[in-house]
Amino acid sequence: MGHDKKKQGESPVRKYYFFTEKMSVGYNRKPLIENIEIGLDKGEILTLIGPNGAGKSTVLKSIAGQLALIGGTVWLDGHSVRLMTGAELSKKMAVLLTQRLRSELMTCEDVVATGRYPYTGRFGILSKKDRIAVKEAMELVHVDDISSHDFNRVSDGQRQRVMLARAICQEPEIIVLDEPTSYLDIKHKLEFLSVLQKLQREKGLTVIMSLHELELAAKVSDRILCINGGYVDKFGRPEEIFRQGYIAKLFGISSGSFDDENADMELAAPCGEAKVFVIAGNGTGRNIYRGLQRQNIAFATGILFQNDLDYPVADALSVCCIAAESFEPVSDDLILKAKEKIDRCVSVICCRQTFGTFEAANRELYEYALQSGKLTILKTLKSEGTDRPWQK
Amino acid sequence: MGRKARYIAAFLLLATGAAGLCVINICVGSVSIPVKDIFRSVSGHMIDRTKWRILWDIRLPRTLAALILGGALALSGYLLQTFFHNPIAGPFVLGISSGAKMTVALTMVFLMGRSVRVGAAALISAAFFGAMVSMGFVLLMSYRVSNMSMLVVSGVMIGYICSAVTEFVVTFADDADIVNLHNWSRGSFSGMTWDNVAVMAGVVSAAFTAVFLLSKPLGAYQLGEAYARNLGVNIMLLRTLLVILSSVLSACIVAYAGPISFVGLAAPHLVKSLLGTARPVLMIPACFLGGSVFCLFCDLLARNMLAPSEISISAVTAVFGAPVVLWVMIKRNREKVL
Repeated sequence: MGHDKKKQGESPVRKYYFFTEKMSVGYNRKPLIENIEIGLDKGEILTLIGPNGAGKSTVLKSIAGQLALIGGTVWLDGHSVRLMTGAELSKKMAVLLTQRLRSELMTCEDVVATGRYPYTGRFGILSKKDRIAVKEAMELVHVDDISSHDFNRVSDGQRQRVMLARAICQEPEIIVLDEPTSYLDIKHKLEFLSVLQKLQREKGLTVIMSLHELELAAKVSDRILCINGGYVDKFGRPEEIFRQGYIAKLFGISSGSFDDENADMELAAPCGEAKVFVIAGNGTGRNIYRGLQRQNIAFATGILFQNDLDYPVADALSVCCIAAESFEPVSDDLILKAKEKIDRCVSVICCRQTFGTFEAANRELYEYALQSGKLTILKTLKSEGTDRPWQK
Repeated sequence: MGRKARYIAAFLLLATGAAGLCVINICVGSVSIPVKDIFRSVSGHMIDRTKWRILWDIRLPRTLAALILGGALALSGYLLQTFFHNPIAGPFVLGISSGAKMTVALTMVFLMGRSVRVGAAALISAAFFGAMVSMGFVLLMSYRVSNMSMLVVSGVMIGYICSAVTEFVVTFADDADIVNLHNWSRGSFSGMTWDNVAVMAGVVSAAFTAVFLLSKPLGAYQLGEAYARNLGVNIMLLRTLLVILSSVLSACIVAYAGPISFVGLAAPHLVKSLLGTARPVLMIPACFLGGSVFCLFCDLLARNMLAPSEISISAVTAVFGAPVVLWVMIKRNREKVL
């Protein structure tokens, strides 16, 4: 942020477009999370992550004014949200909650049109301008084809997109979404977030949402707020959050593992003495590792450079991963160590069909395994008899 | 285009239905009055003296009362259904009518015992008080039970308790009052005077206007409270107004016609199906007309089926209203399965 320096010394209320000052949230006057301070510039995307029941929804509901604050103030564009009238706030902030919108005899278009409420007159009759806004919002999220369908009878994915269209045509400056992608398939998850990004870029929309999909949170968010049942654990940029096993700690992951750099996860590694040694590299070993994990067969693998595509998976699933420093020649020590491992294994799987110039070490292991008679060569994963090579 | 045409057709149907039934209600009875006599008399010409008396003193006020109170009943039912997000809510099933009935009976017996004439204001205030007491109980229950059917069950129980108290009071009333009180406590449009009609027209039209002005926030409220709040609706204020307005409407009905079942429950559903929308701005006037049609039709049967004796209006409304409730429940159940 280039302008951060200029803003130093200013009060956070004026510095940030959206700021929560010592916000305490909870139910029935009992604070659940206290002293939350979040500052966002206009057009930033904030994602709340944290385990189930940590209080993400409570924070979102409090920000959206659905739940009275226990303490503190929410500032929006220099104004205290509490002092705004409902009508003022409704033109600035839209919500999409997990709670389902009730609809009776309403088409999708009718539901979207309810977003125009703050702009219509005494009896809520839509003007021509309102109708255009509804139509545009529906086109933006690609639900214009189901505009005359009964809202109660469309699929979950369609319903969520209709709800987004509804929020869009409220013409908000800030939008609060509680787990908006939970019921969407992967295509629609990506589409949904793309629409948010588009609005962020084109209209400077500020987004505050909670996501369960960490891999998406890492990619779409400008800021991430980590909530851990009762307190805010961390607030920062994704690169500050997704590092050094933090996520595993936040969620208390005990079975399986989370790879922070790639925002990818693996199930729990098989334990015990390694029975199989896997020669892999260049991403050829990942699926074999996972196959072994499914069979609960402990395995060792190597020699992998630390920047190899196979490495994060090997690191997560293998009992022993012999890794070499990236861009450096493999030391003889490592080769020796790998050979010792092979000696102790029942069989060796080689995922590589040819070895490149810088894979001399693995070629050596391959030949060593060939001599010992333990070797299975993997040609292609699908070819007959090789989809579970370790069973031989 | 299709929708607009449907709305217009529905309103035309309801309006002509109400007007037509008004005329039939006036014509038909133990003494039948030809249509042309009605128009002649209304336009100031002389007609037969007896017929004139029947027309102006009995049939016209009674028909107008059925028109006004029927509409009020349906509107009150619609408000309660919206308020509780519960399709089988209504002033009768939630015990609000019975609560009003109880306080009105108590007031009447108390005042009549002291030979004080019971005025319209006292009657309506008593009914309003009773309606609010029942409503208070139902609200308390609604905080404790979120289940739709449990709420209705508790309303029915409140209704039974209030009816029992009313029965008790009526039994101890003076002989002369009993006949009147007994008829009234079963629900009837008989014995309406022009004074009655004037007061109820005033109260109901004021309440109707207030409800109609609330049609926009009501539409948002239908989406669920969270979404309504986000749209800038003051939920507390709206809920309070809904409670007061539905109670005023129920109270006015009970004060004059006693408790009438099923109109408030069934009419909104029939009208909703006719319109094909739940938008309050259309539903409020259509509901009123629908309730009027329903009540005029039922009163016509109540008066004439076993003429010269009258059946209680609730007996007739139940015959036509109860199947509607069953239909609504079956329909909702089927939609949940889908």
